[in-house]
Amino acid sequence: MSAQPVAELRTVDVVLGQREVLKALSVSFYEGQFVALLGSNGSGKTTLVRALLGLLPVSSGDVRLFDTPLGKFREWRRIGYVPQRFGATSGVPATVEEVVLTGRISVARRMRGFSAADRRAARTVLEQMGLGDLSRRRVSQLSGGQQQRVLIARSLVNRPDFLVLDEPVSSVDLENQELFARSVELLSQSNTSVLLVAHALGAMEPLVHRTVVLDRGKVVYDGVPLAEHQDEHAHHPPAATHAGGLPGDR
Amino acid sequence: MPTTLRRQHTPAACPGIADVEVFQLEFMRRALLAALVVGITAPSIGVFLVQRRLSLLGDGIGHVAFMGVAAGLLFGTSPVITGIVAASLAGAGIEVLREKGRTASDVALALIFYGGIAGGALLAFKSGQSNQILGYLFGSVLTVNTQDLRVLIVAGGLVLLAVALWRKELFAVCYDEEVARVSGLAVRKLNFLMALAAAVTVGVTMRVVGILLVSALLVIPVAIVQQLSKSFRSTLLASMMLGGALAVGGVLLAYQMDTSPGATIVLTAIGIFFLAALLAQAIDRRTAPA
Repeated sequence: MSAQPVAELRTVDVVLGQREVLKALSVSFYEGQFVALLGSNGSGKTTLVRALLGLLPVSSGDVRLFDTPLGKFREWRRIGYVPQRFGATSGVPATVEEVVLTGRISVARRMRGFSAADRRAARTVLEQMGLGDLSRRRVSQLSGGQQQRVLIARSLVNRPDFLVLDEPVSSVDLENQELFARSVELLSQSNTSVLLVAHALGAMEPLVHRTVVLDRGKVVYDGVPLAEHQDEHAHHPPAATHAGGLPGDR
Repeated sequence: MPTTLRRQHTPAACPGIADVEVFQLEFMRRALLAALVVGITAPSIGVFLVQRRLSLLGDGIGHVAFMGVAAGLLFGTSPVITGIVAASLAGAGIEVLREKGRTASDVALALIFYGGIAGGALLAFKSGQSNQILGYLFGSVLTVNTQDLRVLIVAGGLVLLAVALWRKELFAVCYDEEVARVSGLAVRKLNFLMALAAAVTVGVTMRVVGILLVSALLVIPVAIVQQLSKSFRSTLLASMMLGGALAVGGVLLAYQMDTSPGATIVLTAIGIFFLAALLAQAIDRRTAPA
């Protein structure tokens, strides 16, 4: 089976402020592949993901999604994205269902409310993620791990072909990590490509097909998962996850 | 038709029953209708501002709206219309600056806001009608004329229509702007829509509670409701209803007590905010797991 690329970066430079965060970086991600993107703080992992999704401008090079230049890409339904931080936990309440429904925006009809089909899709994914009972609860009343699962449910609600997860388990307890690994496993069985940004793989380790390691904006390793690489990064204490923060972070 | 602002004081009258007389006064009918429109409209966009932590955006826009009002007085056109136009320009300008990032925009915003106030003061004195300015700063809902009322209804209706049509898109952008982008939403256009709707709302709200209290009517009903509500949808609907009730109730109360309507509305709202906070605490304590 010759796999099609779902996402490609070709000699991409990204400059943030004065700093060149990605340097002539080229990497491709393929259909059905589960890729772990590893690297220390400031290595450019999150910047790579953000450039790939069009959230950061690239100063040179090409980005392609599903063989379409990023600027012309319109099939956003095919992409699921879980950002690094929990987005906007502001004072205004929102239920679990409401948050997951925002994931349907890419397919929902404009200028109307969400349809019955949208609500069904939300309910289905919430059941799969073990959040069915919580759908009418206020998101801010859930535990950190549950909130993270809500965001993952949102990214899965359209059954994406390419799922991008930026450190989804960095602040999640072991039980939730395992729950999460199980739901991702279901996905990768259905030929969904996964790009997982992580410090440590933890419960996800057996799922990974390929590891890409970044260091100072360059790919320093790209190949089969290496035990030593994972070990090296598993040594990071959890606190280090948020210690530095990438230039892309606000 | 009596024209005094204050009804005849009759000690025997039961204060709990709103006098039917109130509704027979032409200016009171206009004032109550204006208050209702503004009270419903303001929280409908305010809820998105609170979600985005832009609660004070209305204040900033109001500073510039002040200049528009003064220009209206100077040129003898409707200050409400020129106020709305100036507010819309300010809303669009602020959104451009917000896009550019925090550090650069901070000083620029200060320049816009104070430029608006200073420019407004200058134009108002030039117009020789600076005595009217107080009414726009603190609101003068009792002097709303038929033309004002028409403008309020049309502008408020447009804001409500925009919120009704794009509520799910606006919620998605306010909840998580990056994920909204990756969902293919036209985030930039939606941000401008939101800024413009907020600006128009400020323009209409200032007629009722005044420029200095505009943000209060946008934000406080939302702040009250969100302590007790669970969903965004219920917060939106309940704060619109509460806003309408507060504005109408405030005007009636001000009439009874012979106080300034704008200030009465806002102080009543703040009082209810604290009651709601106590209630929310009590509910939390009862539902907290043992």
